[in-house]
Amino acid sequence: MLRLVIRRLLQLIPTLLGLSVLLFLWLNRLPGGPASAILGERATEEKKAAINKLLGLDQPVYVQYWRFLKRMVQGDLGTSIQTGQPVWDEFTLRFPATVELSLMAILIAIVVGIPLGYLAARRRGGWLDITAVSVSLVGICIPVFFLALILKGIFAVKLGLLPSYGRLETGINATEVTGLAMLDGLLTGEFDATWDAFRHLILPSVTLASIPLVVIVRMTRASVLEVLGEDYVRTAESKGLEARVVRGRHVLRNALLPVVTAVGLLTGALLSGAVLTESVFSFEGIGKFLYDAIGGRDYPVLVGFIMLITIVFVLINLLVDLAYSIIDPRVRVN
Amino acid sequence: MRILKSRGARMATAAVAATLVVTACGSDRDKGGDEGKGKDTFVFGAPGDPSSLDPSLASDGETFRVTRQAFEALIEHEPGGTKMVGGLAEKWSSDATGKVWTFNLRKGVEFHDGDKFNAAAVCANYDHWYNLKGGYQSSAFSEYWQYMFGGFAKNEDPELPKSNYKSCTAKDENTAVIEVNEASANLPGAFSLAPFAIHSPKSLKEMDKQQATAEGDAITYPEYSQKPGILAGTGPYKLKSWNKGNKEITLEAFDGYWGDKAKVKNLVFRTIDTEDGRRQALQAGDIDGYDLVAPADVKTLEQAGFQVPTRDVFNLLYLGFTQEKNKALEKLEVRQAISHAINRESIVKTQLPEGGKVANQFMPDTVAGFSDKVTEYAFDTDKAKSLLKDAGESGLKLNFCYPTEVTRPYMPAPQDIFESVKSDLEKAGVKVNPKPMKWNPDYLDATKTGACDAYLLGWTGDFNDGFNFIGTWFAKYDKQWGFKNDKVFDAVNASSKVVDPAGRVDAYKAANEAIMEFIPGVPISHSPPSIAFGKNVNPPKVSPLTQENFAEVSFK
Amino acid sequence: MSLVTPNTSKIDRLAELTATHESSSGNSLWREAWGRLRRSKAGVIGAVVIAVFVVLAVVGPWFAPHNPAAQIWRDEVLINKGEFVGPRGENWFGLDHLGRDQFSRFLVGARQTLLVGVVSMLIGLVIGAIIGGVSGAAATLGGRNGKRFDTFVMRVTDIMLALPSLLLAVSIAAVLGQSLTTVMIAVGVVQIPIFARLLRGSMLAQGNKEYVLAARSLGIRKRRIVMTNILPNSLSPVIVQATLSLATAIIEAAALSYLGLGSPDQSAPEWGAMLTQAQRFFDNAPMMSVYPAVGIIITALGFTLLGEAMREALDPKLRG
Repeated sequence: MLRLVIRRLLQLIPTLLGLSVLLFLWLNRLPGGPASAILGERATEEKKAAINKLLGLDQPVYVQYWRFLKRMVQGDLGTSIQTGQPVWDEFTLRFPATVELSLMAILIAIVVGIPLGYLAARRRGGWLDITAVSVSLVGICIPVFFLALILKGIFAVKLGLLPSYGRLETGINATEVTGLAMLDGLLTGEFDATWDAFRHLILPSVTLASIPLVVIVRMTRASVLEVLGEDYVRTAESKGLEARVVRGRHVLRNALLPVVTAVGLLTGALLSGAVLTESVFSFEGIGKFLYDAIGGRDYPVLVGFIMLITIVFVLINLLVDLAYSIIDPRVRVN
Repeated sequence: MRILKSRGARMATAAVAATLVVTACGSDRDKGGDEGKGKDTFVFGAPGDPSSLDPSLASDGETFRVTRQAFEALIEHEPGGTKMVGGLAEKWSSDATGKVWTFNLRKGVEFHDGDKFNAAAVCANYDHWYNLKGGYQSSAFSEYWQYMFGGFAKNEDPELPKSNYKSCTAKDENTAVIEVNEASANLPGAFSLAPFAIHSPKSLKEMDKQQATAEGDAITYPEYSQKPGILAGTGPYKLKSWNKGNKEITLEAFDGYWGDKAKVKNLVFRTIDTEDGRRQALQAGDIDGYDLVAPADVKTLEQAGFQVPTRDVFNLLYLGFTQEKNKALEKLEVRQAISHAINRESIVKTQLPEGGKVANQFMPDTVAGFSDKVTEYAFDTDKAKSLLKDAGESGLKLNFCYPTEVTRPYMPAPQDIFESVKSDLEKAGVKVNPKPMKWNPDYLDATKTGACDAYLLGWTGDFNDGFNFIGTWFAKYDKQWGFKNDKVFDAVNASSKVVDPAGRVDAYKAANEAIMEFIPGVPISHSPPSIAFGKNVNPPKVSPLTQENFAEVSFK
Repeated sequence: MSLVTPNTSKIDRLAELTATHESSSGNSLWREAWGRLRRSKAGVIGAVVIAVFVVLAVVGPWFAPHNPAAQIWRDEVLINKGEFVGPRGENWFGLDHLGRDQFSRFLVGARQTLLVGVVSMLIGLVIGAIIGGVSGAAATLGGRNGKRFDTFVMRVTDIMLALPSLLLAVSIAAVLGQSLTTVMIAVGVVQIPIFARLLRGSMLAQGNKEYVLAARSLGIRKRRIVMTNILPNSLSPVIVQATLSLATAIIEAAALSYLGLGSPDQSAPEWGAMLTQAQRFFDNAPMMSVYPAVGIIITALGFTLLGEAMREALDPKLRG
């Protein structure tokens, strides 16, 4: 197992190198540049040239890339062009927000999705099945921004029950420990912050949950169906084991394995959804920031964030694989 | 099977119950709805983040909206108007050459950090900007200084122009004299700009310690401009905290303010970058006011009891041509035809917020220099067709750029305006090829470098002087317009050199008439950007320059 | 081994579904699947929805009562006063915010939406299939170097899958400029890694089947085995994914519109663009949003239901 971990981490190095080369080539293709983005309506050719010189963008790509590599080796990811803050600071400021949002969304999707998928499988082909699947499907068939608009219109504006934007109410601050506002509140005993952060999370995470929900329902349903047909379940049933035990010990447990994997693979889709969700709810996470970075031609942020996301992604998958081998001893890693 | 059913049902019940608990408890914490008494925090929804707490390093309205509450300039604008009135200087005057400006300063003014405001403090500020070094000389940092005063004491980039700023002397405790090398139409307007607000000598010393260096390849804002604590001004509010994760800047009332003290203790600016987001936050009671209301929302908000005061207009939306890009546009008849083809009245009537006006020249009528005698181009599709035919351009094709995903004070919904213009032009037989682009940098880049045949752009005045409008566009050859017409250039430049105010106004009028005869672009409208406030708020006087003073705000 | 996940991923699993079938002759598999599909309620509902949508898209625009781009009633709609025109005799769906006939726009929109869905799906399918096919063939036939090549390609697709597809689409739109073609390409490109992985996984699964081993032992050339046996038998999950992709493409196109990167051509709006325009006026004229929104939701649902039903029909393990 240790060998797996080491090997995966070593594989990261060439991956990141390759990725950074690709990113540099790609950024070079983007029209316009950070200078115009900074200067906005008052831009002139001379001012732009001066800024490009300051940023070193007047040099050939390979020179820029070499400088970037040298910086990276020293652990310096550079500075955001839009905000003038170090990329690492921007990442640590925003990443927890997205993590919090995504975790909550996945949690909701699991809590709702697994029972739905299970029911659908047990009543396969019936109306309950179709309804359960359709409900989960409607989630991905509504454009995220429209779903968000409607949820906000009902729960924030009409009923006034939940906040319409942001992570925390004005005046409520959680002393930062992890950056996850809910957790920080619990750790520091500022329970009002936890509660407030939770209320702010509900609408965005329900919106975002529509994306993993369908995958989880689908996977649960399929794998429950599959497991139900397996010999060992039939054996267990024919042995006269109580139905509940069979379902709990045999069916659900085995059926959940693929679901775990599916969740691990959802990062990309979740981040796509997060771009829209964070945008609609002014939720200060990495999705929205990355999207703005493309607009602002914020090269250091784009390169830095995408590399960091890749690292996180690889680590998540490593963890999922390890978790997998623990849940299911049959799967031997390596 | 039955067990399962009940368990599934139980799960569902639990989920519903949980939601109810959450939302029900939520209403307990509601902020009291219409009841405003005793509220000590006013939250304003801003469309964007400020970039720096030091306004002299910035050039964007969102920064100035915040810093104006804490820092004051020598000259201010009257509340709700564009007239220049005394700020930190009670009176000001220039000599006959327009090169020596004398400021009689207000007495008994104190900075947030306890420093005393006097002539030496004023000069320390102007000298600080004049002596900026290294990275600060980049226009990313000192754009307004360069725009108004040219270069620096020691220009590090040979391409920077020589500075027009000469010196500042403290004649006595309360009299400061600023000298420039040449008279300029930018004066005294420049002294009223938010970037040239006066900071305390103590904070200037700290600021000087954090010189940005030209090393490296980044534009990094100095730490003092990102964390409240060092910067001290004289305004009714002082900076308290900036929570970047929450996109929230908090200011606190300053007890030692020389004028009318702020009525609400805490002032918070929170960024909500979508139009819908800001509106819904106000409707949900999460914020107490916001800027850039979509025209369609004005009625909705008013009917629900929210306040949407109308600003006076001080901006211009125009359709620009790049004549070099499309040779047909070099023909006067073609430009005239396009001007006749656009139904500007209809656009103003259906799309712009109440108070919007059709434009007939490149400045609003509130600016001295507005002429009543410019050539007018009334909406007339047939005339447009015949003019095009006369010019031999009946099959005219235009690559028309417009910005997406942006709301400007002068242009609430660019795509809608573009669609209408396109539809009008097509009626006159012009083929329009739509080129939508992201506002920044794609669109700005394309229009500024003259990559579009036609485009929509606009301008909000910095201060009330005609040159701040027409001088921006027509003082010299510009790729954006792609024409060389000495008659226009001379008329505009001549106006800026007149020192005598009355004479300058006449010169501006003549320039406007020359411009509209040549019609380098079609002025479309002046649009009042809408601002909204909660039901329980006594709003500040709204300003055509979007310079609201939030110290005037109180709760009902 | 792929960098990201050695386990059965969502996509690879789909790929294996058909491979579990022992028969080497595709015919009976398809016949059985077709039978199961016809008995599936979800599949039938999906098929009916799609049929209606396709008819609407193909025939509808000819019946549009007005020019969808003409602002015939511009002065009747006062955006700044929140006054909109709802359904009336002349305009069945009312007017949009610029005084255009909403019903005509809806009909034209159906065609554009179908076009975006189909073309972008085809872009993803064709390019993805080529990449996946080559990679799969290399892995099955190419020996050590083939396997290396395969690993490399899959690593690239893994990373593509890990990064938010929307950002990729946005940056493509930034490079190409905005047009309907850009939307199609941007939406299509993000589908490439999915199709590539799918076909490749499916081919690898087929490659281990007994009939392939048998054919090899008979001395049939590897290339021929790939072309005549492995590839055709690997296609069914790709077809399923293509159906599902149509739904995704329609939704993604709407998202691009919302981010301001949609097609600028208002004479032929797709529903996503219409919804983006209309949702700004949701408080005053909710129906303006409802028409395109319902169009998108129902259509996407139709494609997804059919896709899911097909997947199930093709998966013998899920047989009742």
